[in-house]
Amino acid sequence: MTATAQRLRRNAQAAGPRSRTAARIATAAAILAVALLPFFYDSGSPFIEDSTVALVYVVMALGLNIVVGFAGLLDLGYVAFFAIGAYTVGWFGSSFFSSRNIHVGVAEQLTNLPGIHLNWLIVVVIAACFTALAGAILGFPTLRLRGDYIAIVTLAFGEIIGRIAVNSDEGVFGIGDFNLTNGRRGITPVDKIDLPFVERFTTLDLRPWYWTALGLALIVLFINFRLRDSRLGRAWIAVREDEVAAVSMGIPTVRVKLLAYALGASMGGMAGAFLGSFYNTVNADQFEFSFSIFVLAMIILGGLGSIWGVVLGAILLSFINTRLIPDVLNTLPSEVGLDFDLTQLGFGIFGFLLVIMMVLRPQGLLPEKRHKAEFAHAGDEDIVREVQA
Amino acid sequence: MSRAATAEDGRGTVLSDTAILETQGLTKQFGGLVAVSDVSFRVPERSIVSIIGPNGAGKTTFFNMLTGLYRPSFGRVYFNGRDVTRRRPDQITAAGVARTFQNIRLFGTMTAVENVLVGQHARMKSTVFGSVVRTPFVRREERRGREKARELLAYVGVKPERFEQTASFLAYGDQRRVEIARALASDPKLLLLDEPTAGMNPQESEQLTGFMHQLRQDRDLAILLIEHDMKVVMGVSEQVTVLDHGTKIAEGEPQKVRNDPKVVEAYLGKQG
Repeated sequence: MTATAQRLRRNAQAAGPRSRTAARIATAAAILAVALLPFFYDSGSPFIEDSTVALVYVVMALGLNIVVGFAGLLDLGYVAFFAIGAYTVGWFGSSFFSSRNIHVGVAEQLTNLPGIHLNWLIVVVIAACFTALAGAILGFPTLRLRGDYIAIVTLAFGEIIGRIAVNSDEGVFGIGDFNLTNGRRGITPVDKIDLPFVERFTTLDLRPWYWTALGLALIVLFINFRLRDSRLGRAWIAVREDEVAAVSMGIPTVRVKLLAYALGASMGGMAGAFLGSFYNTVNADQFEFSFSIFVLAMIILGGLGSIWGVVLGAILLSFINTRLIPDVLNTLPSEVGLDFDLTQLGFGIFGFLLVIMMVLRPQGLLPEKRHKAEFAHAGDEDIVREVQA
Repeated sequence: MSRAATAEDGRGTVLSDTAILETQGLTKQFGGLVAVSDVSFRVPERSIVSIIGPNGAGKTTFFNMLTGLYRPSFGRVYFNGRDVTRRRPDQITAAGVARTFQNIRLFGTMTAVENVLVGQHARMKSTVFGSVVRTPFVRREERRGREKARELLAYVGVKPERFEQTASFLAYGDQRRVEIARALASDPKLLLLDEPTAGMNPQESEQLTGFMHQLRQDRDLAILLIEHDMKVVMGVSEQVTVLDHGTKIAEGEPQKVRNDPKVVEAYLGKQG
């Protein structure tokens, strides 16, 4: 089913500006198909669960794509925003702060529970604001840096947030005695999403979760398209291509870069707020460095800067991670007489995929037209290859 | 001051008393190296002024200080009567200074039109929220921006079929033209051209000379250029400033400067 949807999408994109109406109809049909997908499965089917996670990864990948793909700032600490978003729902949607009693817009069953319980819609807005602020704070030290050095600072930022998460169960980073994150034990249970006019979400019926994730993904997708084709989107590309020329053309590079960090981060934050509620737990072990690489791999696989490419990359890697490796191929090694599970090799497999991609199709599965031009331009490298041969 | 003070176009122009750009004791040191030393000069309104000098004389460094890319070690820059010495490059562009680069610096993966749209950045007002919602204002601004970009490209002589072509695939001459269009897109009062005729043949250089006069007349701006081609310099400028080893060694009308013994020495060496 998703394969059909992807094919539809690809067709929609290939149509080009000549048949924009046709492309729109195809996109609408694809969205409809994706929206109807859960009816073909059990309401609690693991496939719907995996698809929901895939859609959330789409949101994260699209956010990271703004920073890395559009503005060209290599961010290796994206997991930090997932963490901050997830903790936001942990703090404002659970009984964790049991000495407080704040309830806003939540179901009756929850009003008897201690702690801060805000409606998820409020939480997701707070998460977006928190992460946008965190993104801007992360952005500041990188403003004077270029290329690899930005990667180092962002990597460190991701690690700092991860360490804070682990070490803030007795005092924030060991200072004082306030329990901020509950460390590896984590914050659980987390309130289920509770939207107006529909029943409260349960763990038995996964369809509403799926549709919420889809809605989130569509909103973020829409924002991405609009931003890409805007004054700001052009400014991002200009900064990515030639910062000196960009600033000389009147682009305030500091502002433009901070906006990229903040907007990209807020999407990671919204995704985090969703996953915190969906997994019913927020704990420090979820926020590993490898997660940043995982999301980065999605956008590289799909095609840096290409919105549909990033969507495809996120869905593919997510399914490889949640289905292909643990379910379909996991017993493969034992069948050929080897004594290990394929899941143990998860990141090895992603690494292998990336290497293959870089050799065979470095521009990604659905490359952005700009990058396509760049790669088409790689005439010098051909000469080098000829000389070496 | 009034425009009436600035006289006719072309040769033999009476220069305006009002300076659009003025520097006082502008100096740039890189560590122990003094790249530009104590240069004071002025560009009258609606004038065409050239900076010449041997390689390594500090011309481009001087340009970079005017546009804010380098912070001067000492000295002041006044644009349109306001002190812009410590302003950021984008603020200086917004104030009305635009430039091109010695080695063309277009945004290679953008089309010609998109490049010129980027040049309009400082004159556009669309916000993030407005762009996402695509308000009527944003739609109108985008449409007008594109129209303006096309007009500018046509004005500098790019053929319409090249408008949507990726900049890095354009021919060299067209790239130069697009770069000028991109600079004009910010509606500058002062246009800085860093070696605009580099890589051009004599006919193209001559065309450019004519174009600069046209430009000043049509768009009411002053032009400051760095140039090596003496034919262009003599043909176009009303005032020439000569830099050598970072210091100003001569200044004045082209004919006078050309015969200045110091200038001859700087270019050809001391005569025995």
